[in-house]
Amino acid sequence: MDAFTTHTGTAVPLRRSNVDTDQIIPAVWLKQVSRTGFEKGLFAAWREDPTFVLNDPAYEGGTILVSGPDFGTGSSREHAVWALQQYGFRVVIAARFGDIFRNNSTKMGLLPVVLPGETVEALQAAVEADPKLEITVDLVERQVRWGGEVASFEIDDYTRWRLMEGLDDIGLTLRHADDVAAYENGRQPWLPTTV
Amino acid sequence: MGSIAHKQEEIMGRTLAEKVWEQHVVRRAEGEPDLLYIDLHLIHEVTSPQAFDGLRLAGRKVRRPDLTIATEDHNVPTLLGPIADPVSKTQVETLRKNAAEFGLRLHPMGDAGQGVVHIIGPQFGLTQPGMTIVCGDSHTSTHGAFGGIAFGIGTSEVEHVLATQTLPAYRPKTMAIEVSGELPVGVTAKDLILAIIAKIGTGGGQGYIVEYRGEAVRKLSMEGRMTVCNMSIEAGARAGMIAPDETTFEYLKGRPHAPEGEAWDQAVEYWKSLRTDDDAVFDKVVEIDASTLTPYVTWGTNPGQGLPLGESVPSPESFDDPVARAAAERALEYMGLTAGTPLRDIEVDTVFVGSCTNGRIEDLRSAAEILRGRQVRTRTLIVPGSMLVKRQAEEEGLDEVFKAAGAEWRQAGCSMCLGMNPDTLQPGERSASTSNRNFEGRQGKGGRTHLVSPQVAAATAVTGRLTAPADL
Ligand code: SF4
Repeated sequence: MDAFTTHTGTAVPLRRSNVDTDQIIPAVWLKQVSRTGFEKGLFAAWREDPTFVLNDPAYEGGTILVSGPDFGTGSSREHAVWALQQYGFRVVIAARFGDIFRNNSTKMGLLPVVLPGETVEALQAAVEADPKLEITVDLVERQVRWGGEVASFEIDDYTRWRLMEGLDDIGLTLRHADDVAAYENGRQPWLPTTV
Repeated sequence: MGSIAHKQEEIMGRTLAEKVWEQHVVRRAEGEPDLLYIDLHLIHEVTSPQAFDGLRLAGRKVRRPDLTIATEDHNVPTLLGPIADPVSKTQVETLRKNAAEFGLRLHPMGDAGQGVVHIIGPQFGLTQPGMTIVCGDSHTSTHGAFGGIAFGIGTSEVEHVLATQTLPAYRPKTMAIEVSGELPVGVTAKDLILAIIAKIGTGGGQGYIVEYRGEAVRKLSMEGRMTVCNMSIEAGARAGMIAPDETTFEYLKGRPHAPEGEAWDQAVEYWKSLRTDDDAVFDKVVEIDASTLTPYVTWGTNPGQGLPLGESVPSPESFDDPVARAAAERALEYMGLTAGTPLRDIEVDTVFVGSCTNGRIEDLRSAAEILRGRQVRTRTLIVPGSMLVKRQAEEEGLDEVFKAAGAEWRQAGCSMCLGMNPDTLQPGERSASTSNRNFEGRQGKGGRTHLVSPQVAAATAVTGRLTAPADL
């Protein structure tokens, strides 16, 4: 995955709550067996509405999505993360995220940033007032900065380190293959196998 | 900090979730997530192709094919015949190729063991108490009904489990949902979970493993428990679980992959220890009185937007929270509903009985009981959750009841739960559905979904309006 340390860009304000992954990428798009081309399906149904925020030229080129609470709820489809990334987003900011979506994001290097609801609102308002507002999302300092404002966010040290190094989880786990083998020797004898 | 937490653990009892989690920790290191062993990995065609590609690219193998099982469910047509959509067909064929290449057991379309991934695991007896179970599908929470930790993962994690049979994860917090009292007659597990989600909201469970407890939960059948745990994710929870008991053991005994003889006795002895200690402390407790519940139905576009069927479409102004108000406004617009309309007056075009929430034999029996000797007024799809459920229903003659009532009796699959196959709603069409998600477009672009129990679905099919069986 791509390493993430700090990112500066403009934002897209998405004033909706409960943005489930069925909205981010509808099921018909999940039939692909490749990992690319999902940007076309991003918010496919909503994008048919000309007033939808992604159709507003003022926000073109935005790389930071600022959404209402409970972003990425519902289905486990990682395709939602791929679609956002392939469309050009590097960061999603919201007050709450679906757990699986947040996990998937950190596996792929899309940074989910949790800020309090009022801060998200303030940021959305600032972006709406000035769509070209520059926003910096600094993972090193765990801060979001815009205008004169600074908002701190929390992220656990391990995930932050992995994102900053762009490390692949599987490679990290395989270094502990001996522990896995030792655990396997002690598993309860009645546990089922599929064979 | 670490040592204090450790001490507390010694003096306090542990919750069921903590016990199962601890049993599966392969490696624990300061400042890192636990490395958790996975006892069973379920695979389907939609979320796996890119994971297998990843393995191939890195030259990796599947570490434990013998703890992995695959089925075809999301894309499969429920009318006999081949897959017409070439893209769906490619995806299913890709799974077949991957299963063959990596040596995995697969239940393809037409196979007697094929079905929705969360229905077949329990049916084979592969889902057992105390296990860790994952699948690239959020409704993996279903399997927690047996007292294990089961949760949905994304494709990167699918690849991780294939390669290592483990997952790095932080242990979620624990929540108890205490359900006191008894469910009134005609009120089901589905109504209970819809009421719980309406109460705590779609984000209420975020970051938690929920344990459902209390009298009403103990009295549920395994099918009912699976319905409840299935929708844990709709409350945002990482997983849902129910401590195993005699009902669990009874269900498991004699299933193809359940332990036998001495191993069975050993297993049961261990399984009996899988309960929350009396002095254990949950991070959060929610209480709900089952005896006050009536059939529930959703009116909006997230599963938390639900109400008793006897009530009316709410007015957005009735929500104090501005976010909830905006969501309600938008939902009413999408659903084509006017505030104040009695829910019972809402007319539907289609009724869907099926999915991993309500596609089990007990669900079909309860729908058949209502449809026996009656006629449906809407398009009604009855889709068994698996081919084994289908066979059992046919042995019991349920298919004849459905057909006589004018309903369609289909092959097993996810079907109209998410509309990846040809079973979809047309724009503007409205359904009463026993599935788990009423998201915009979930059952087809522009489709409008009301989530209901199998009983309400059947009664609705008879009248063409949202109806409780008691109203027939
Ligand atoms: S039945 Fe529906 S919820 Fe269940 S696995 Fe299939 S698509 Fe997902």
